[in-house]
Amino acid sequence: MSGGVDSAVAAARAVDAGHDVVGVHLALSRMPGTLRTGSRGCCTIEDSMDARRAADRLGIPFYVWDFSERFKLDVVDDFIAEYASGRTPNPCMRCNERIKFAALLEKALDLGFDAVCTGHYASIVLDADGNRELHRASDEAKDQSYVLGVLTAQQLAHALFPLGSTPSKAQVRDEAAARGLAVASKPDSHDICFISDGDTRGWLAERVELKPGTIVDSDGSRVGEHEGALAYTVGQRRGLRLGTPAPDGRPRFVLEIRPVSNEVVVGPKEALAIAELAGSRFSWAGRPPADPATPFECFVQIRAHSDPEPAVAVLRDGELVLTPSSPLLGVAPGQTAVVYVGTRVLGQCTIDRTVSAAPARV
Amino acid sequence: MAIYLDHAATTPLRPEVLEVYTRALSVTGNPSSIHGQGQSAKRVLEEAREQLAEALNCDPVEVVFTSGGTEAVNTAVKGIYWARTAGAVGGRRVLLPGGEHHATVDTVAWLEAHEGARIEELPIDHEARLAPESVGAALEDEDAALVTLLWANNEVGTVQDVVRIAAIAGESGVPVHADAVAALGYVPVDFRSSGLAAMSVSAHKVGGPVGVGALVLGRSATAQPLVHGGGQQRGIRSGTQDVAGAVAFAAAATLAVGGLDERATRLSGLRDRLIGGIRDAVPGAVLRGAPAGASRLPGNAHFTFPGCDGDSLLFLLDMAGISVSTGAACQAGVADVSHVLLAMGVPEQEARGALRVSLGEDTSGEDIEALLRVLPEAVARAQRAGHADRVPSALR
Repeated sequence: MSGGVDSAVAAARAVDAGHDVVGVHLALSRMPGTLRTGSRGCCTIEDSMDARRAADRLGIPFYVWDFSERFKLDVVDDFIAEYASGRTPNPCMRCNERIKFAALLEKALDLGFDAVCTGHYASIVLDADGNRELHRASDEAKDQSYVLGVLTAQQLAHALFPLGSTPSKAQVRDEAAARGLAVASKPDSHDICFISDGDTRGWLAERVELKPGTIVDSDGSRVGEHEGALAYTVGQRRGLRLGTPAPDGRPRFVLEIRPVSNEVVVGPKEALAIAELAGSRFSWAGRPPADPATPFECFVQIRAHSDPEPAVAVLRDGELVLTPSSPLLGVAPGQTAVVYVGTRVLGQCTIDRTVSAAPARV
Repeated sequence: MAIYLDHAATTPLRPEVLEVYTRALSVTGNPSSIHGQGQSAKRVLEEAREQLAEALNCDPVEVVFTSGGTEAVNTAVKGIYWARTAGAVGGRRVLLPGGEHHATVDTVAWLEAHEGARIEELPIDHEARLAPESVGAALEDEDAALVTLLWANNEVGTVQDVVRIAAIAGESGVPVHADAVAALGYVPVDFRSSGLAAMSVSAHKVGGPVGVGALVLGRSATAQPLVHGGGQQRGIRSGTQDVAGAVAFAAAATLAVGGLDERATRLSGLRDRLIGGIRDAVPGAVLRGAPAGASRLPGNAHFTFPGCDGDSLLFLLDMAGISVSTGAACQAGVADVSHVLLAMGVPEQEARGALRVSLGEDTSGEDIEALLRVLPEAVARAQRAGHADRVPSALR
């Protein structure tokens, strides 16, 4: 129970369903702040108190479990290391994969619990053979199946998402109000929870060494200077401060970050288009496809709130390779590609490499 | 009904205390008022002060009622520091053992940060005992403002040789404050013969209500006030005085001190049964603090259990209807690794498995047996869950 409205209502529904429910709030920050500011802040004392008061209202026991050490190692340090390697990580995904459905779930199972129930908007559906499948939530606008795409069959076997079938978030808020939960009108949280002021660049700059280097084009020609390659993201256009215009006079975008040589590669917008993406760190959410080595049709989603794009997937040489039917923009290594078949989450991979759709790319 | 074995955190209000407390709550009148009703309230208050003074063996004028133990400790430590450094140039030393209660640790840290005090932490041994001689050695330099220490450690139950320590400090003329919150009612606490300059006590640890404590400030000790206002209580602690709280504390302290021998004997017996039972049932469980005997609080059994977190054990016992504690201070519901155990030299990983069982007036032999019945299974389960920092198997 984060102290937000979703987990409070999820807990309430679990109680109604007849489960023996214990509320657990995760202490994830090594230095918890005192009070929340707007929708920002990470496991503040106030959030913990909000969760506790929701548990009181539901008449369930409540405990705070400290996973701050694991959170630092498995989520925060990973986030920093991924950026330092020129990739774009998704820490919420890592938290689900490594904290909520690993460290927390395993402790809970060992202590005698059967499942972890969260306020995520996603659905668990049983297939004809009774296998658990992960599906999109009824409310597509709130659907959070993307950030759960990392869950494996084993983790799904002990997961409960009571909000998945709710038609809308507004209904969850109404239900919270009707249940007398004080968090009914609490603002949704945004941004990365451990970056309390929302300034990801500033936060990273304090933790990753930035060294000046060169900006090059696809041919390797030097076109400008930068103050630290890791301060850039793939797809970025603004703030490049290139003195000389491109030969064709068109704007240039960041195509690639090369942390080892400390170079930022820029080029025209077409060069951003990605024809193929692949990753060796992949997992199946539930039962894997019968023959993943044979190409199959699917949809791929590369961000929590981007549209799913039709693609062909295949497992080849230890990599999950995804070929979108038309090139994708805004794809960066480190992001997670979640593979859907209809509303079902089939699995995911962390993107290791991309292939540009632009033929001239070196 | 849950079995309550966390008397070191707070104690159930004794029925006799509840009765006099509620009766006193209905007394109208500010004890500082001149009229007859004020005088009546004042009479009730001063009778309570005299009664508490008798229980603590001090003079009534030495009793300064406070909002609790923490305020008493703050008043003693800051107040004596300020009085001793008034007009002096530069900060002076505050001597305290390792593993003190946060009321002291954080107060002293504040003095260091804001008043230039220099903290000198005196080492405690693996049983949390402070060697009195180390106080003498530390006082050879003349710039000490005060010595402050727990009479009995609230986590691991070790009782210090307060009288000897006060005598040694007395030779140097340095005032000593003892936090006797955990000691009162369990070991003899006699202010007059202790040689202390000041002593803090609290009502809710001895069957009284939360929100009342007292600083016993010796006649010859001087302290600057924390709270300024109407000048009540020797000007040390301004504010309208809590007549009912004083009455309740006095009644609770009288009962606690009056029945001490019988209680200490009975609780030591239960504690020793508990300690023996835990040692028999849980291999690797280590009793922390002083060995069972006169230098350990009779109601305190503090163990570390290998390979698990104290908070897992606490949770499992809570689910089984038994209330205990990890002993350590909490922040937002999370217990830190005990600074007391660390000060005793316990390795951090072992300290994570801490569990404090504290017995009190209402504890029965059956309560102890009930705990011993469920504990082995709880420890086994908690050990399966391991430490919170273990690498999840999903990531291995």
